[in-house]
Amino acid sequence: MTAFFDIVIGGVFHAAVLFLVAAGLQLVFGVQKIVNLACGSFYALGAYFGISAVQWAMAAGLPAALFLPVLLAAGLVLGLLIGPAIEALLRTVYDRDEAFQLLLTFALVLMIQDVLRFFWGANPQQLGNLVMEYGKLTLGTVQVPAYNVLVILASIAIALGIGAFLQRTRFGRSLRATAENREMSEALGVNVRWMYASVFTLGTVLGTVGGALVVPTAAASLDMPVELVVEAFAVVVIGGLGSMRGALVGALIVGLMRAAAISWYAELEMLAIYLVVIVVLIARPAGLFGRPVE
Amino acid sequence: MKLAFIVATLLVLLALPSVAQPYYVTLVLPAFAYAIALLGFNLLFGYTGLLSFGHALFVAIGAYGAAVLSSKLGVRSFELVLLLSGLAAVAAAVPVALLSVRYVRIFFGILTLAFGMLFHSFLFKFYDLTGGDTGIRVLRPSLFGNGYEALDKTAFLVGPFYYYCLALLVALAIAMWRIVHSPFGLHLAAIRENPRKAEYLGVRVRFFRLIAFLISAFYCAVGGTILAINTGQADPELAYWTHSGELVFMTVLGGFASFFGPLIGAFAFIFLKSELMGATQYWRFWLGAILVLIVVLFPRGLVGIGQALWTKVRRA
Repeated sequence: MTAFFDIVIGGVFHAAVLFLVAAGLQLVFGVQKIVNLACGSFYALGAYFGISAVQWAMAAGLPAALFLPVLLAAGLVLGLLIGPAIEALLRTVYDRDEAFQLLLTFALVLMIQDVLRFFWGANPQQLGNLVMEYGKLTLGTVQVPAYNVLVILASIAIALGIGAFLQRTRFGRSLRATAENREMSEALGVNVRWMYASVFTLGTVLGTVGGALVVPTAAASLDMPVELVVEAFAVVVIGGLGSMRGALVGALIVGLMRAAAISWYAELEMLAIYLVVIVVLIARPAGLFGRPVE
Repeated sequence: MKLAFIVATLLVLLALPSVAQPYYVTLVLPAFAYAIALLGFNLLFGYTGLLSFGHALFVAIGAYGAAVLSSKLGVRSFELVLLLSGLAAVAAAVPVALLSVRYVRIFFGILTLAFGMLFHSFLFKFYDLTGGDTGIRVLRPSLFGNGYEALDKTAFLVGPFYYYCLALLVALAIAMWRIVHSPFGLHLAAIRENPRKAEYLGVRVRFFRLIAFLISAFYCAVGGTILAINTGQADPELAYWTHSGELVFMTVLGGFASFFGPLIGAFAFIFLKSELMGATQYWRFWLGAILVLIVVLFPRGLVGIGQALWTKVRRA
């Protein structure tokens, strides 16, 4: 029973972080029709930057217990800084074939890899034992770091926030309209250029915040960007490209499967995830919540 | 003009082992390997319009084919290794292609990426079968039954093996030239331009995509075999998605709209990468920056730049 509970908590924690990155991927794909290979790089940038930000904050005398808000702020600031800059670069290929868009984001993967190496070196970085700062929650016989629960709650809050934003606000409605039909919404007065910039920045922020939130529990390493991309892809393919609900369900499936595979049969870890991807694509080509293609 | 250029290039390549330092000659071998792989890759990408982000899968099958055959099964004949690795790649490509060609555009790319990573985690995790992250050693093959035991490793690679691979590249390039200029190749171009119209005209779209996929897998496996013999090792990184990305990079660098573009891209990429790696530890950054430049400013690649310069020269 304890083992089962560990798997569920571990899996949901991983899913919570994965959801943030995948949601960013879905937003950008849904509106701009660009698959962003660099989403994992944003995640890794958020992770490294989060570590540095917490170290600065501690050195400046901030109490250790405040590290969670510092991480959130670090992810937010970083995303707001790099998002618009990268969107300005991507803008040059919006009307080109999608092969070029994909390649441009691949170029970003290569470049950000060395940006990380330049600023933080090749050795993995971690935040020490800060995660214990918030203590543990005891539920019957199992103990869970309270931090993990906080991250899960934060991710749920962000998911609800995005949902409300997309459904209820005027901007969210124009965003969905642009995703549906770009020309028509442009004709009806939506500023598509500004829309694209904001959507891409929001997607970037989701990635950097996700990365920043994960560092207290795992080391940040140079493998992070390329490894996360495949998991995030698995999430969006299982859930259906462009669908937010898909990102949520996909993240839960991938997170739980990974946790289960690691504790039962470590060889199967990623293999199991790709198998689910392939099975989903055979049975439901558009993913669980996606629209049929062609 | 084009013919003169090809002949000149071939003469340079033939003379290279006798004039250049062995280091540069061993650099040309991976360029041969990638040139062959990209001939196949571009049949799918440039001619059929399907962008795969998982073709490193077949390069890895070629490499592991060479490794398993030479280290574990004692097969030393290079001809046999090429044939069996190529066939293994085609056999693996059948289910992958059957599933993937139902999709186009970005969905095709993601699905092929998933298959590539599936194979990567198999190589990585099943240590007993595949040697895990260290991979499997690849032993020196014999060429037409001749083992060249008297030569040391470098002398073998820059000598007989070099010329063998050059001949292989020429033969496979001629075969590909025939393929893309055959009615089959025209069918592929019709599918790329307008799949629906092609279907109305009686082209069996999925079947032709499937065949193009299988041919590309064979070429990639041949390239992978040469790569593995050159380094003496087959490791899981060969199947990683970033390696697939490099294949796309090289193709676009050279120019995917031209038959010779990918070949030029393979040579340019290998030398660029080796020079950058020698110059700075941040070579990935500069490689990425070059890719940004190519994508944004020169989408037709080096071939496009060359053609533009040539027209200017002729006008002046």
